[in-house]
Amino acid sequence: MDAIVAEGLVKSFDGKRAVDGISLRVPEGAIFGVLGPNGAGKTTTLRMLLGIIDPDAGHRTLLGEARPIRAAHHVGYLPEERGLYPAMTAREAVAFMGALRGLPLREGRVRADALLEEAGLGDSRLKPIRTLSKGMAQTVQLLGTIVHRPRLIVLDEPFSGLDALNQGRLEGLIRGQAREGVTVLFSTHVIAHAERLCERIAIIAGGRVRFDGSVDEARGRLRPQVRVRTRAADGAWRAALPADAVTEGNGWSFALPESGVEPLLKALIDGGAGIETLSIERPGLHDAFVAIAGAAVAAELDAQKEPVA
Amino acid sequence: MREIIRAALVIARRDYAATVFSKAFVLFLLFPLLPVIAGVGFGAMGASQDREALHPTVAVIAAPETAAAIGHAGARLIERLGPRALPRLRMVMPDGAEAVQVKRLLADGGGRGVVAVLTGGLDRPTLTGSRGGIGSVGGDIGLVLDSARQMRALDGRVPPVVDVVERPVDRAAGTDRSGRTLIARAGQFLLMFLTMILAGMLLSNMIEEKSSKVIEVLAAAVPVDAIFLGKLFAMLAMSFTGIAVWGGTVLTGLALVAGQLPAVPAPAVGWPLFLVLGLAYFTTLFLLLGALFIGIGGQAASPREVQMMSLPVTMGQMGVLAFASSSLGAPQSAMGIAAALFPWSSPFAMLARAAQGPALWPHLLAIGWQLIWVAVIVRIAAGLFRRSVLKSGGGGWFGRFRRRGMKPAV
Repeated sequence: MDAIVAEGLVKSFDGKRAVDGISLRVPEGAIFGVLGPNGAGKTTTLRMLLGIIDPDAGHRTLLGEARPIRAAHHVGYLPEERGLYPAMTAREAVAFMGALRGLPLREGRVRADALLEEAGLGDSRLKPIRTLSKGMAQTVQLLGTIVHRPRLIVLDEPFSGLDALNQGRLEGLIRGQAREGVTVLFSTHVIAHAERLCERIAIIAGGRVRFDGSVDEARGRLRPQVRVRTRAADGAWRAALPADAVTEGNGWSFALPESGVEPLLKALIDGGAGIETLSIERPGLHDAFVAIAGAAVAAELDAQKEPVA
Repeated sequence: MREIIRAALVIARRDYAATVFSKAFVLFLLFPLLPVIAGVGFGAMGASQDREALHPTVAVIAAPETAAAIGHAGARLIERLGPRALPRLRMVMPDGAEAVQVKRLLADGGGRGVVAVLTGGLDRPTLTGSRGGIGSVGGDIGLVLDSARQMRALDGRVPPVVDVVERPVDRAAGTDRSGRTLIARAGQFLLMFLTMILAGMLLSNMIEEKSSKVIEVLAAAVPVDAIFLGKLFAMLAMSFTGIAVWGGTVLTGLALVAGQLPAVPAPAVGWPLFLVLGLAYFTTLFLLLGALFIGIGGQAASPREVQMMSLPVTMGQMGVLAFASSSLGAPQSAMGIAAALFPWSSPFAMLARAAQGPALWPHLLAIGWQLIWVAVIVRIAAGLFRRSVLKSGGGGWFGRFRRRGMKPAV
């Protein structure tokens, strides 16, 4: 069964189409990544899926409910713009977010204490949010997202603003939730997280789904990259290299020819190139993403590239 | 509906706790009391001074025998009417030219100045003074002189002051009518006063959520109607807390001066029911105004915008009160019925009716009617909020108008 089904979602703001017919299916228990550059329509899509805003056209179901708010007790949501009441204590904030989703406050406080302790924030549980660091506050909000033990967690850009250590912790938390059968849907523009975590991804650009499938399928859209390093700098053997081979110092890189690597190897050996190293690399999700989302998206992505833990 | 109420109570509890346990709330509770306490304190001090200053003195230039007769007549009238009913009489022996003496007495600013001077004794009395002075004491002095002349005519056979037996009853139509009108006006004013104090808080209610971005978390978890209703419940609970504190203070003050208070006639439905209806109408008015104000305030992006909205909102409240008050004496007139039907003036008009008429069924109808409007306003406000703030839906004509208005001039 699918935890989320969206068909033909359309949303415009001030006459500009932010989401243009997005369709998605997120299987129950999966870790599903929505990838796309800034302004691709990821947040608008998530907000429509959760029922915060209504689509102009199309329809969606969340845990089988056509009105997403009806499934709210089984959903946890971390919005892109983090929001907590500054005067609330960490413990109350977590319990309050659980209470909004139907968890009795008393039970919420007990669970909040345990979750905060587990996250290393036990000493801060009675401190007001305004006194916590940004990362700590973000962790508090994340714990508030899972305190009521939801069946589906939706995280909008959950890694942004976190240091490498906390990014690693968050990845662990997402994996832990998935192990317990929770469906996790998260958006990101940092591909490495999706590559490590997701079973399935959707690449959104310009308000449309450009790819929907497994990470392997996405990578499979590109041919493997061949990297070869030779002792000789020039020779007749160079004619055997594909025309689009890119020179990298004393080496070349190019997409694996359809004929395979063997004829190429033979030509290089026979031509006396003197092979120093040769590797065939499967393309990463980043490469697939760049190829799928297009050159314009690639330029945007390079500009936004973040260090990954 | 059950889920909406449950979620609303979660939000209300948070809002109530966040507000009540803040220093600002203590100030909020104290501020309305300060002018009252100061007013009562300074008023009490000033009143005794005012009473002395405002009690007029009339100088009587007369020979001792005439002066005694006037003084005796005055004392007899005071015995009947009370000590402050007549001007104070200051007996002065004739001293030289009468005109000069009168002029000197009127000009004398030392001590208690006189407002007028009586000359000519009982037979040819003349009162000299400013027009205002003569106007304020002329009738009273005439009464004293009439009494003195009658006493002189009876030549010492003046009957003792009649002892009128007082037999108070609970009701008298004349006093009931005027007293109930007074209660109706006071009730309306109190409703207005309380809702005005709270209007600012209602307007700025959504700012916290919007500025702290919590609104996204709330909107994803619960229906927007529940957010609005929760905020309304919280504000209502806060207002009840305020009313309990302010009412307790006022009641304590009244208990301290209980013996000195004039008897107040009961409203037509009786005091207990009137108080219950007063609370019910305060609740519905608060919910009606609150739903509207939270809806309007929800559109504001900053406290500055909220401040700008406050003035027209206050003017609107004043207009509604004026509308409801205009038909106070004629509840069955077209204006009176319109005031009872128009949702925001209905609580004012119906509270006045509770003071003036004993029928109860109109109140049940009115409260039901007002609650229906609360639900309608909450729905509209929530819809507007979703469209314009959460950007859900096209926003309709209002959203387009607002966006156009927000665009910077190029």
